[in-house]
Amino acid sequence: MTLSPGFRGRHRSQAAGLPPGQYLTTDFPVLSAGPTPRISRERWEFTIRTEHQVEHRWSWSQLQQLPVQTPTVDLHCVTKWSKLATSWRGVSLDDLFAGVDTAAEFAMVHSFGGYTTNLPVADLLDGKAWIVHTYEGADLHPEHGGPARLLVPHLYLWKSAKWVRGIELMVQNRPGFWEGVGYHDYGDPWREQRYQGD
Amino acid sequence: MALDGNTLAGPLSELFAVDVTAAVSRCAGCGQQDAVADLLVYGPDPGWVARCPGCDSVVLRIVRGPSAVWLDLHGSAALRIPL
Amino acid sequence: MAGTAISGRLTGRLVWQRATLLAVTEETAGARSLAFEVPGWPGHLGGQHVDLRLTADDGYTAQRSYSMSAPAGGDLVTITVQRVDDGEVSPYLVDQLRIGDAVELRGPVGGWFVWRPTDPAPVLLVGGGSGVVPLMAMIRARRAAGSRVPFRLIYSVRTPADVLFARELRQPPIADGGLDTAWVYTREAPAGAAGLPHRITLSDLTAHGWPADLEPMCFVCGPTGFVEAVATALVDLGHPADRVKTERFGPSGS
Repeated sequence: MTLSPGFRGRHRSQAAGLPPGQYLTTDFPVLSAGPTPRISRERWEFTIRTEHQVEHRWSWSQLQQLPVQTPTVDLHCVTKWSKLATSWRGVSLDDLFAGVDTAAEFAMVHSFGGYTTNLPVADLLDGKAWIVHTYEGADLHPEHGGPARLLVPHLYLWKSAKWVRGIELMVQNRPGFWEGVGYHDYGDPWREQRYQGD
Repeated sequence: MALDGNTLAGPLSELFAVDVTAAVSRCAGCGQQDAVADLLVYGPDPGWVARCPGCDSVVLRIVRGPSAVWLDLHGSAALRIPL
Repeated sequence: MAGTAISGRLTGRLVWQRATLLAVTEETAGARSLAFEVPGWPGHLGGQHVDLRLTADDGYTAQRSYSMSAPAGGDLVTITVQRVDDGEVSPYLVDQLRIGDAVELRGPVGGWFVWRPTDPAPVLLVGGGSGVVPLMAMIRARRAAGSRVPFRLIYSVRTPADVLFARELRQPPIADGGLDTAWVYTREAPAGAAGLPHRITLSDLTAHGWPADLEPMCFVCGPTGFVEAVATALVDLGHPADRVKTERFGPSGS
């Protein structure tokens, strides 16, 4: 290995209490796999479609009528940065799933722009996941997924789909955008499940 | 912001003996033909994503893990590789 | 590795090689050229890239792709790097790396945006900002090959202080006969320059380029918006799309 003397890389430090292999960052890196969708709140809607093709829909104003939650959570990106104590405002997936009748075990999250990611339904429930629209007191910027993104902080951040527009409930699991090209199906940062086979 | 396919020359040279950036790919979405060098490219992290300049469809993806590379070409209906 | 006797790596698996910094040329306040020694370098063509990798003492690595700014010369590999202030790699290369320090390189790579000295077609080079770097490698490769192929360069740059390779382009060596350079300043023109600062236009390309009838090969390199505008204008002027080769760069190159 050839070391480059004095090279440190992006503002980062190792810190106690982070998942294995992660570094601490204070900025909020933007990773993109395509052009940033620009979705107005008027056009925005969110859909849950069950395995029986039953659709539940929320417009932006209907979303605002659900109970507000303000999670403060740590973020862990598979590209090895972690950001601690980020504060968000949004709606719990528990409230969105309250009237949804499903026995499906798996979910495919869909975004404006075509991005997808899969995860077990159980990881969306019991206070573990939110649809968030406010970050550190301000409207969520489109670069970070605004008007609204999914937030599932106990999994690597690629599962927290930006520009979220719906959840498809599936009886059989299927890989999403990154899961189809090598990234882990589940993505638990504490077990360092970055790639398939980890 | 997008780069273009020229930047994939290194990652693709890890896999292929010929220079794939000079190949012409046909988009499986809209049929437009472009040199791989002319595709719109996002990355490198979490992976490289090359999109059709005509319709933004994903043409090619490359993910580099510690012990394997995943290459997805299903967005390319055909690749014409000059010899 | 195959291809040691020919110009450019044609086959064989790409491997990382240790590269030691031999010489530095300050180009502008924010850019410098770095000449590395890479034992066994197979040679390269004007326009080709090299991937560069830095490793921190805790094992963290960062990798970028850079255009070479000079043609092959033995084991010497020269890149020109413009500092991107919030970048991760370029500030280190421009401000910190010292003679004798090592990085890792692999290459050369890229067979699309290249000029081959055997191609007799006249050449139009259009560079925006540090997009002039691979074009400079083509100009220098032409000189090294003793080629008489007519070259025209249109160089769009913010201010006179941002010009890369200024002396070499303003007072070209005799061996650069047949190379004509035109300047477009976008923010601030030098005293005595004709015209006001402006973004490159169709009339710049008509005045300083080649007519499409001559079937030139056009190389356009710069930021994405610049490349789109110039490439579209060239096609509007009648140049076939496959004679207009483009290379875009953005923040990922930082």
